[in-house]
Amino acid sequence: MMDAEILTRLYRGMLRIRIVEERIAELYPQQEMRCPVHLCIGQEAVAVGVCDALDRGDYVFSNHRSHGHYLAKGGDLRSMIAEIYGKATGCAQGKGGSMHLVDLDAGFLGATPIVGSTIPIGVGAAWGSALKGESRVAVVFFGDGALEEGVFHESLNFALLKKVPVIFVCENNLYSVYSPLAVRQPGERELFCIAGGHGVESHQADGNDVLAVRSLAERAVEKARGGGGPTFLEFKTYRWREHCGPNYDDDLGYRPETEFLEWKKRCPIAALRERLLEAGICSDRGIGEMESAVKSEMEAAVEFARRSPWPADTLLMGDVYAS
Amino acid sequence: MPRELKYAQAINEAIDLCMARDPSVYLMGLGVPDPKGVFGTTLGLRAKHGDRRVLDMPTSENGMTGVAVGTALAGCRPVMTHQRVDFALLALDQIVNQAAKWRYMFGGKLKVPLVVRLIVGRGWGQGPQHSQSLHSWFAHVPGLKVVMPTTPYDAKGLLISSIEDDDPVIFLEHRWLHGITGPVPEGVYRVPLGSARVMREGRDVTIAAISHMCLEALRAADTLAEDGCQAEVIDIRSLRPLDEKTVVESVRKTGRLIVAEGGWRSCGFGAEIVARAVEQAFPSLKCPPCRIALPDCPTPTSPRLAAKFYPRAAEISEAARAMLGIRETRPPVPASAPLDVPDPSFTGPF
Repeated sequence: MMDAEILTRLYRGMLRIRIVEERIAELYPQQEMRCPVHLCIGQEAVAVGVCDALDRGDYVFSNHRSHGHYLAKGGDLRSMIAEIYGKATGCAQGKGGSMHLVDLDAGFLGATPIVGSTIPIGVGAAWGSALKGESRVAVVFFGDGALEEGVFHESLNFALLKKVPVIFVCENNLYSVYSPLAVRQPGERELFCIAGGHGVESHQADGNDVLAVRSLAERAVEKARGGGGPTFLEFKTYRWREHCGPNYDDDLGYRPETEFLEWKKRCPIAALRERLLEAGICSDRGIGEMESAVKSEMEAAVEFARRSPWPADTLLMGDVYAS
Repeated sequence: MPRELKYAQAINEAIDLCMARDPSVYLMGLGVPDPKGVFGTTLGLRAKHGDRRVLDMPTSENGMTGVAVGTALAGCRPVMTHQRVDFALLALDQIVNQAAKWRYMFGGKLKVPLVVRLIVGRGWGQGPQHSQSLHSWFAHVPGLKVVMPTTPYDAKGLLISSIEDDDPVIFLEHRWLHGITGPVPEGVYRVPLGSARVMREGRDVTIAAISHMCLEALRAADTLAEDGCQAEVIDIRSLRPLDEKTVVESVRKTGRLIVAEGGWRSCGFGAEIVARAVEQAFPSLKCPPCRIALPDCPTPTSPRLAAKFYPRAAEISEAARAMLGIRETRPPVPASAPLDVPDPSFTGPF
């Protein structure tokens, strides 16, 4: 059994992502956040479990569904919300939006929405860092669809060849937009076995069990830092809301509503809350206080974003080049 | 007597000097440490700088370009080499979506000091997929810099500038230039990105040329001089940033513009040069500008068809004569060597 401090930290981390994203979903219809948002509600355990095993100086790369990864790695909440609002105080000066979060201080080197595109970049960042004699580890988060991209295979091949200190984290949420895994990949093959076929050590676990996630991540980080090379981790999980946007989209009929309801019963946050209460680590009141603290933090971030200035017109042509 | 080097040696020396000066520079590409050393441009570098900094790579153009981008984010200065432009098309996501955008889309917090060396093939039946000069594509993308040196001097000076630059640079070398010789000073010197060079001054017609076509333009200028026409030849050498001023000032002086490039005519870089001249020097133009470029078909392999495909000095001088109303009086000189090689010493196959 992990100690109470870690369990509480994991719980707070997941809760924070959930509350932040639920508030984004509530505010989104006001049409002030004028960029696509891909919410990770339901998938929080992967982000939090993996990032909890990392040091602040370790690198994380992500994809279009990056809010959870960014926050779990320690990305600044106010800069993230301001970025989604397109403001000058955003983490990318409003030039990136929700799909291009970045926080160098937190080691969150960047998220981009082209499927699979940050996988080799994460490998390169880890390898480049190692070439410079640093002991950094890099994690790349991607979805099940990324395994269908050639660059995934190219990256695993090279990472193993050079024993790069990188961890490939696949959040298998069973859908690429509206296309289920069954129409995209042969059913008799598990995703983590593909990585295994490349010779990369690979594991699979329940992505809604934050302790299982953390435990696999911890081992992979230790191995990478010790020069043991890459690991591939597949975590099965489920996106509750629509692919892009604030709503539920089970009315579209691309996935059975019963499937969603089953996964909802396996909410990673509710599951851990139960454990915390049962073990007497937290009280209802303590959890309530945690919730209110995150809610006020989020309200302050929204206020900050709303009050922040728009980017100056001169920024339009700025930072295309170094000078 | 200044020291003379081959273009390939000038490239080699530029990389060597940058690696010696800056431990964050490394060189990677398929075949980089092989016995041929990418047409001589990488020979001896592994012995000097070690196998951690001079690397072969898997045949994974896109993945390895992404890896190079990642190392650049981690503080390295990668120099990637592809033996043909055509192979780098597999890496367009990483070059165009990623490398070109990371500075801008992350609000200036990150930089990608990456050089991608691409070689334009020609002749000896390189054909549809080993000869494309897609400089116009890359030059279309904000966030990329694109250079195409013609002389050994510029090859070295521009490559040093490219490696030291904090932005991604596409560095295009024409295969037929690797063997040419010219004066190359020892040690480090820089040719700034974004500067064109007047190769030959003249008052009657401006010939703005790119890469190997500069050599054809100089040959054309020689024959035009015999007819009393003084052609000004400009080597564009940096497509983005573009030294518009040098071209526009020349056109204001001569009133006539020919653009000669090794890419396709339609939507090509020649059209960009013509547009800039028309926008900024319209009153000076005495006649419509002219583009000498490739016809809109893929590169044929047969030497007979390839001879028809590539324009040469004769096409350029003919265009100039037409503009100036000079009649050709000399009988055409039959080609003294096969047209599918840069010089008789080139016997293929690559």
